Amino acid sequence: MALITYRDALNQALREEMRRDPDIFLIGEEVGAYQGAYKVSRGLLEEFGEWRVRDMPIAELGFTGLGVGAAMVGLRPIVEYMTWSFALLAIDGIVNAAAKLRYMSGGQFKMPITFRGPSGAANQLAATHSQALEAWYAHVPGLKVVAPATARDAKGLLKSAIRDENPVVFLEGELLYGMKAEVPEDEDFTLPLGVSDVKRPGDDVTIVVHSRPVHSALRATEILEREDGISAELIDPRTLRPMDIDTILDSVRRTNRCVIVEEGWPFCGIGAQIVDDIQREAFDYLDAPVARVTGADAPHPYAGNLEQLHFPQAEYIVKAARRVCYRE
Amino acid sequence: MATNITKSDELLGLDRDALVEMLRWMILGRRFEERCGEMYQVGEIGGFCHLYIGQEAVAVGALTPLRKDDYVITAYRDHVHGLLCGMDPGRIMAELFGRVAGCSKGKGGSMHLFDPAVGFMGGHAIVGGHLPLAVGIGYAIRYRETDQVCVCFLGDSVANIGAFNESLNMAALFQLPVVFVIENNQYGMGTAVHRAAAIENLADRACAYSGMQGWTIDGMDVLEVRGTIEMAIDRARTHKLPSLIEAKTYRFVGHSMSDPNYGHYRTKEEVSQFKSHDDPIKRFIERLVKRQVISAADLDSLEQEVKKILDDSVEFAKSSPIPQPDDLYSDIYTGEFPGIRRRDPWR
Repeated sequence: MALITYRDALNQALREEMRRDPDIFLIGEEVGAYQGAYKVSRGLLEEFGEWRVRDMPIAELGFTGLGVGAAMVGLRPIVEYMTWSFALLAIDGIVNAAAKLRYMSGGQFKMPITFRGPSGAANQLAATHSQALEAWYAHVPGLKVVAPATARDAKGLLKSAIRDENPVVFLEGELLYGMKAEVPEDEDFTLPLGVSDVKRPGDDVTIVVHSRPVHSALRATEILEREDGISAELIDPRTLRPMDIDTILDSVRRTNRCVIVEEGWPFCGIGAQIVDDIQREAFDYLDAPVARVTGADAPHPYAGNLEQLHFPQAEYIVKAARRVCYRE
Repeated sequence: MATNITKSDELLGLDRDALVEMLRWMILGRRFEERCGEMYQVGEIGGFCHLYIGQEAVAVGALTPLRKDDYVITAYRDHVHGLLCGMDPGRIMAELFGRVAGCSKGKGGSMHLFDPAVGFMGGHAIVGGHLPLAVGIGYAIRYRETDQVCVCFLGDSVANIGAFNESLNMAALFQLPVVFVIENNQYGMGTAVHRAAAIENLADRACAYSGMQGWTIDGMDVLEVRGTIEMAIDRARTHKLPSLIEAKTYRFVGHSMSDPNYGHYRTKEEVSQFKSHDDPIKRFIERLVKRQVISAADLDSLEQEVKKILDDSVEFAKSSPIPQPDDLYSDIYTGEFPGIRRRDPWR
């Protein structure tokens, strides 16, 4: 184990996988000479050369399709977006091509491609550069969607995403890149897609949360324990499609209360789906309506105070947990 | 930029077998599409179905010189391109019928034919969406250091979409062996080319990309198409340089089955004029007869041969079962996908 940043954990995953399999290559804006807009691909051009680490023109639709076309003939591309906000220009390649080619060809294609890059708000980047669009991709049959919150999860899950034979949308946290955690150095370390992680065990309320708000929720669990004596269980699904809903349901059947947190907008969000799963499969176990804490239902503002208000802060999660525990 | 290459050598030095083979493909393409039209009328084929009638010289001229290991990708008017790559006509017809014996098990339909085993990479129905894929195939060819090429067909309307510039730029920038063939049939659906593109010859856009050569050619002359593409293929295979060919052609039928052959956006006279004076099959036959390459008896036997293939393909399609209900959820992912039916208890 080594204490390294989320950024370096991703770098290790890329390097180890590219050493393991010569069919893997990385494309995107500034991934080569610039060493990655967020330095995730540092040193890779020097080690693997320009055919395997290729700087792309600012042409998201074009280079997304480049990756999909290469995957159609058996290569294993990794497509980096400078942010997922820019991938909006490429969504036809992800949704209409990558996600559907296997189905509409009757299974004739595999699509071993990973689409990755930073997601969510950073510091005062305003509306076009601050959004958590995982619900859009999780909506689409044919895609897998992963959103790691820690350096350890980032490394283990990215390695699995790259090894997967299906298209994986891999959402990194723009404000998580500098965050450190203990990460296994073993190059065989992977974490399976589709398995939730119980980040903190508890008995009184289940908090379901992924990506950067995991850290808000961890702070919330400490406050709840200290101030209210509430023992919260924190579950990070990590993979949003396919989601390990059973771990969540098992927890809710024990705690009988649930708060679901996400950075994205509330309407048709990831949490809306989890609420549906809970009411359909664990209705009789609920002692309170499920509460959701989300990003505000507004475009992302520039002003620092409004930006803080937009994000699902620990204090809102605390309020929601108290509400479902009837402890207000 | 017109090449007029066929004037110097009217038959490109091709032997009789090669010429007859090209004619056979053109007739098969025409008759296959006519049969599709009939099957659509009787309700065996549904959805959007775009026929290739009138444009045969482009696909036949462009694809007969390819090697078996080359790649072909096109848009939604794709039946004849698939046939030329070597797809089984019965499996194409079964796909159009929505049957499990179809190339895509009945899940793709007319606009999404695929057969990577013969290098046919589809069959893509979002206008412009497949150009970046062609670039990716070209990238993979360079990555693996083989001497294959990728031929990418596109309609005239694609020359105006963003993906066109992004793709041609990358093909030139990375020196990829991709040949882009614009099938300019004069209309993007019902919009005449001059109403959508601020340029007369679309291939002139090649000059925007270093190392790319452009040709605007008579797409009703199968040998002019073939002669041009042979030069483009050589540039791709030997020199890793992309090309842009604009083959001016015409579709004799409506945009899709729901569009009449003439009406609001083009006149009956215009369509008749093309059919009587610029039919690519008639033109090729006249040339072959004049040069005594074929006789009327040869034509009869080609038609008979093609008719048998079509009868068999319809028979094959009709004999295939429709998909099973479980097929709704198959082929979405490679491997297991837990809980895929969990939210669907009613079906």
